[in-house]
Amino acid sequence: MDMNRRQFLKYLASVFVISLFPLGLTGWAGGLDGDILSSSPELKRKKLIVLFQRGAVDGLSVVVPFGDGRYYDARPSIAIPSNGQSNGVLDLNGYFGLHPALASVLPLWQNKTLGFVHACGSPDPTRSHFDAQNFMECGTPGNPSTPDGWMNRLLSVLPGAHASTQAVSLGPVLPRIFQGKMNVANIALGKNAANPMPIDRPMVESVFDELYKGSDPLSQAYMQGQNARKQLMTDLQQHMEMASQGAPSPNGFSDSARRLAQLINNDTNIQLVFLDLGGWDTHVNQGAIKGQLANHLTGLGDGLAALVNGLGASSYNDTVILVMPENSCAVPGQNHGRYAHLLPHW
Amino acid sequence: MKTIFLFTIMSLLTFIQPQLLIAAEIPSQLKALHVLNRLGFGPRPGDVKSVNAMGVENYIHQQLYPETIAVPPRLTEKLNGLSTYSLNPDELFEEYGPPPRINGVRPDPEVAKEQRKKAQIILREAIQARLMQAIESPRQLQEVMVDFWYNHFNVFAQKGLDYLWVGDYEREAIRPFVLGRFRDLLEATAKHPAMLFYLDNWQNVDPNSFMRMNPKKTHGLNENYARELMELHTLGVNGGYTQDDVIVLARILTGWGFRGKPRGSSAVSYDFYFNERRHDNTDKVFLGQTITGENGEQEVEEALDILAKSPATAKHISYQLAQYFVADDPDPALVEQLAQKFEETDGDIRAVLQTIFDSPQFWDEKNDGNKFKTPYQYVISAIRASGEEVTNYRPLIGMLQQLGMPFYGCQTPDGYKNTQDAWLNPDGMLRRINFATALAFGRININDDQFPITYEDLLSVFDNQISSATMDAIQQAPARLRAALVLGSPEMMKK
Repeated sequence: MDMNRRQFLKYLASVFVISLFPLGLTGWAGGLDGDILSSSPELKRKKLIVLFQRGAVDGLSVVVPFGDGRYYDARPSIAIPSNGQSNGVLDLNGYFGLHPALASVLPLWQNKTLGFVHACGSPDPTRSHFDAQNFMECGTPGNPSTPDGWMNRLLSVLPGAHASTQAVSLGPVLPRIFQGKMNVANIALGKNAANPMPIDRPMVESVFDELYKGSDPLSQAYMQGQNARKQLMTDLQQHMEMASQGAPSPNGFSDSARRLAQLINNDTNIQLVFLDLGGWDTHVNQGAIKGQLANHLTGLGDGLAALVNGLGASSYNDTVILVMPENSCAVPGQNHGRYAHLLPHW
Repeated sequence: MKTIFLFTIMSLLTFIQPQLLIAAEIPSQLKALHVLNRLGFGPRPGDVKSVNAMGVENYIHQQLYPETIAVPPRLTEKLNGLSTYSLNPDELFEEYGPPPRINGVRPDPEVAKEQRKKAQIILREAIQARLMQAIESPRQLQEVMVDFWYNHFNVFAQKGLDYLWVGDYEREAIRPFVLGRFRDLLEATAKHPAMLFYLDNWQNVDPNSFMRMNPKKTHGLNENYARELMELHTLGVNGGYTQDDVIVLARILTGWGFRGKPRGSSAVSYDFYFNERRHDNTDKVFLGQTITGENGEQEVEEALDILAKSPATAKHISYQLAQYFVADDPDPALVEQLAQKFEETDGDIRAVLQTIFDSPQFWDEKNDGNKFKTPYQYVISAIRASGEEVTNYRPLIGMLQQLGMPFYGCQTPDGYKNTQDAWLNPDGMLRRINFATALAFGRININDDQFPITYEDLLSVFDNQISSATMDAIQQAPARLRAALVLGSPEMMKK
């Protein structure tokens, strides 16, 4: 594929209007010029993991401007206490602090692999969850009719041959962000992920292998699907065996994160990964240092730490992990307004 | 056992330069299966025989006049048993809508959550009604056209209050008109609260009207419906209109919404209502024609007339119908012929369909088995072929979701596509095969007393019209896996 740096940046920019752009410079496109992009083995190792927080996240409770008195004026009931107080924020730079439930990612901030992009997001002012999610996934704020998702478009412009597991969506259903012309492998990462489906039984497999062995499009799709599934199942089963020897794994995202790390380490073809993190629209049940948001954040923080741990230093160095909320909250209390925060690493 | 080598022949033919091909007609013994696949969702046991008995022509004629086909009392009874299926939008809102604010105070989130949970029955029953009819109704063409037109005038169930209304929208604004006049469909969809919500026209207000004095409640000009009305519903993306036309149409559509809560009344109504006070009353030039601004609601009717009569609309709808019924990339000559019929008959959908079914392209051998079924078509046709009665619809709902085509779940206004390009992918192939295998083994939980299906029964459903390649694979397979192979075969995935 012939693609110059400018085109590449344009794709990234169109993909994620505000936030990914500076990350892309450092993480993906940095040092890539002209033809290098099309042949670089460097780029083949780079990975992007997108974690989507469906539902609005109150970013001011996540990365807290504890140095600004107006924050405490605006949030009389759900503010996170200042740094140094009991259950106070974890100081980042003297002005912003991290919600204490995110303590497990503080080391990543300290070793300078974690950053936040505060108070930015979709330029479209919609207050509808549906539209907001849609825009974050199609990547064209204000135009809800774009047929494909930005991660699928991104996949289509990655250079080189496309392996069947180059893009992996974790969940029962292919999300909008990954819909489009390019093939995306899909696998559920829940407890029953490695349970066999009918097609995994050798008998069933062999008779359908016989039926779909030609060069016609159906057979080709079938064979690609089988390759991807077998690869993913092998990766997962290895992990299951390992996990069963160790400590019982915690539920939720941490568990998935561990499996995801394993998956990525076992399969060097994987470059783009998407995972949904639901249940973030907390509104009045949000709480401050305890409550729904805190619980979610603990899960997120532990999961991110588990993911980074599982990837190991060398994989981690080639990986951008992007946590993006669908939209977030305007300052007074809890309303939908424009704001976003990201927990990237590069 | 007789096997037909049709697929082998077809795949050979595709390698020959198309211009060297003289269109060959589908062999007569395959015609019944062809019409059952294209005018309907595939054969149920005994269907091929009965179509052959009445004659293919007669079958087509009957399908074009569904009111002449009796609906089985059992199906009517089942539909009547759905408790929310006969409620209108206001009743649905009243019974299942979000709890109101009281003196400006938001309802308890737990109460709101409970209410939202309670409302799930509406969507579930809408899906059941759709599936029941698609699977069991002998008026198959009508059901196929419901699928076609719903996607053409798509509404996404998770937008705003539309989770309450998509079923009513389908029943009241789509279903009665699927074989009638296009202009009627346009009118009915334009006025239904589901569409008014989905494409935001209820918020479309003349920015200069006095309503702007209350900026909290109004949003000014909203072009969303105007744009899609031209791009998707009528003229088509290359239909010769400009961004200025979009803005003008949006201005014409200002005030076109629902009643809401009249002053002094506590009841909310989502009946269609044209609000003069929100309307832009200036004169407008729309697609080169002057629309005088004094006529209020009548301006919209004029605009809809202009759109429905436009040759671009005739062409756009014709292309879509030809793509749906004949080939992903339909013959331009056929599209042209259909567009003529559309214009000539003032958008008589039945007449356009008749023209399709009379066309040599519809009967061209190379167009038989060339349409890769959408997940919706695949799942329904597999159930129909199995002859099973569905009493538990959940597995089918889950399956459609896994296959990327959840019911009433297309977010974008263009609706679900029906081309191979859109639906053939590795993950989908494996999921279809899993479904086929589970169904064949009677393990899919669609009713209480499912039995494994025998492949002999399945072959007879298809009148033994299975390709030699598939037959070879079947014959090599152990007997207990043969039914799964038939249900997961290319013959089932394509039509």
